[in-house]
Amino acid sequence: MTTAIGQYQYDQVDRDFLAARIEEFSEQVARRLDGSLTEDEFKPLRLMNGLYLQLHAYMLRVAVPYGTLNAAQVRAFADVARRYDRGYGHFTTRQNIQFNWIRLEDTPDILRLLADVDMHALQTSGNCIRNVTSDEFAGAAADELVDPRVHAEILRQWSTLHPEFTFLPRKFKIAISGSPNDRVAARFHDIGVIARPGDDGRVVFQIFVGGGLGRTPIVGQELYDSVPEERLLATLEAIIRVYNAHGRRDNIYKARIKILVQALGIAAYREEVEAELAQMDIARYRLSPEMVASIEARFAAPDLQVPAGAADILAEQRARDWVFDRWVRSNTHAHRSEGHIIAVVSLKTPGEIPGDVTADQLDRLAGLSERFAYGELRTTHLQNVVFGHVRQDQLYDLWRGLVEVGLGAPNVGLIGDIVACPGLDYCALANARSIPIAQKLGARFADMTLQEQIGALQINISGCINACGHHHAGHIGLLGVDKRGEEFFQMTLGGRADDQAAVGKILGPALPEDDTVDAIARIVDRYLQERSGKESFLETLKRVGEAPFKEAAYDTV
Amino acid sequence: MTLFNLGAREAGQYAEPVTLADLAEQGEACSVVLESGDDVAALKPYLNRLELVVLRFPIFRDGRGFTQARELREYLRYSGEIRVEGHVLPDQADFLKRCGVESVVLPEGSDVGRWERQLKRYSVSFQRSVLPEKALDVGTRVAR
Repeated sequence: MTTAIGQYQYDQVDRDFLAARIEEFSEQVARRLDGSLTEDEFKPLRLMNGLYLQLHAYMLRVAVPYGTLNAAQVRAFADVARRYDRGYGHFTTRQNIQFNWIRLEDTPDILRLLADVDMHALQTSGNCIRNVTSDEFAGAAADELVDPRVHAEILRQWSTLHPEFTFLPRKFKIAISGSPNDRVAARFHDIGVIARPGDDGRVVFQIFVGGGLGRTPIVGQELYDSVPEERLLATLEAIIRVYNAHGRRDNIYKARIKILVQALGIAAYREEVEAELAQMDIARYRLSPEMVASIEARFAAPDLQVPAGAADILAEQRARDWVFDRWVRSNTHAHRSEGHIIAVVSLKTPGEIPGDVTADQLDRLAGLSERFAYGELRTTHLQNVVFGHVRQDQLYDLWRGLVEVGLGAPNVGLIGDIVACPGLDYCALANARSIPIAQKLGARFADMTLQEQIGALQINISGCINACGHHHAGHIGLLGVDKRGEEFFQMTLGGRADDQAAVGKILGPALPEDDTVDAIARIVDRYLQERSGKESFLETLKRVGEAPFKEAAYDTV
Repeated sequence: MTLFNLGAREAGQYAEPVTLADLAEQGEACSVVLESGDDVAALKPYLNRLELVVLRFPIFRDGRGFTQARELREYLRYSGEIRVEGHVLPDQADFLKRCGVESVVLPEGSDVGRWERQLKRYSVSFQRSVLPEKALDVGTRVAR
């Protein structure tokens, strides 16, 4: 097996560990089935191994560490989808993949199948440090300062079965980016980390704490501007230790770190962290350059050779095929290396379920990655898939391969690129179905020319106030609410998850599903009338305020 | 009461532990029981006479005891016995041990074999603990 690009290469120690972890989980399942574990006891144990009980069945959420996959892993997903699910999987907003129709008894076998390709479901749920997310353009983007995946892997390992932090007050999510253009929503995480080069050549980290969505959306605050690399683990330990000791445990809706940070204030929280650091045996937590180098050595880098004239070939093909050209405009991003390009595969085909992929599509993605992207793929927190390193002269063939399996939607970053939670179709918590309205919106704006004309506009849909669809962070956010047995949607405007992170503001009363779709269409029309020059929706909203949009939304109601 | 040893040291026999509040008044007391909300720093004045600290788990999901144990070992350099009682699961044996806990008051009906097996399950860990574990290689993994 050749070393995979862009991800940590397991050795026998890692594989033996995973086998032992699966053995442990298999025994836990057996104890649940024979009754020696109560459901109350089994629940946290299965959750920290990624197994949820949903409305109709168990759901297994498989970890995709920092969103990086290789072709064999994607084929294994296809295999799981065919053998143990209903032929598809669902990419989540935390770069993982979940299978919605799993039998409890099958989970040990599924985990073994995944372990064969160095995959697991560790800590994708439960009140522990969750799978660490990162930038989907890591190691490829022209605007990146530091490839965050090495440190993401260090955090993955450090948080794995952490003895002190496996029974936290609530779930704990960390994201890490190495670009000044925040693509990981760092300010909406329990801890958000932005890496950049320091003066001495080592990496330093800006650290945000206490961000989050859910019932109480809060933008994270900067705890430190530049933590030196060797203090990274010590600092994270101190932050989480304060939280583990003092976070609320009496009310699960007030148990996230954001509530503690709000209660104490950021300055007092910093003092608490400092007090921990002052007592800690710092040498024990030191992340040395040698440790970082040893992890980095397990990552293979692509050999980015391109034939002369690759860019010209791409330009020619774009000129010849306007459909391809439109896809290139919306679905690609500048690569750091000349002659290469980053391609984003939209999993938001109009009328389909956002983030869903069939087993056949997974196999195709795996095959295309081998032919055109060094066998490497990434998942995004906006539920799409990325080929990080594509030769410009091969982009056209890649695109044709995607179109053949219905994955050619040219709508990345546009209004059709909708993020939605599973909603009441799957989830026991939901008040409303998120998927049908996402499908209706997708169909309403299916005209790709119109989408391109509208420009950057992110719609996020959550089926309940737990906000798994991140509606607070959507430029237009929709929250499903139940009104006397009917599904209504509350609209918010102005949310964003980037370096200017903001929580969307509620526009007015909630509307029924079809009226909501109509209202959004009127909001978009109004934006097109109001905008000046090349203003984005958010820029127009900022300039004119919400009043015109409110008027448009409730025009005929 | 059945005691289970997580490490090499045998659990000791001590007088009934007193509460944190009573520790100041009972000058002879050498064992104390902490509730999960108690601050271990309050034990500082009594460290030279303490031989046993019992951490009480009201429910296995309340993980404050793990931090209490680590703070005792790491911050207070407490070298006496740390014991847990209450609702704990064999699945937590290794976590407890690596935070510095040495003995467990086994809940009624416990299967000792499960506790023993859990301690032998892993040959590697991915972060340093309060135990003197050896680094496996240059990275952050430690051998068990």
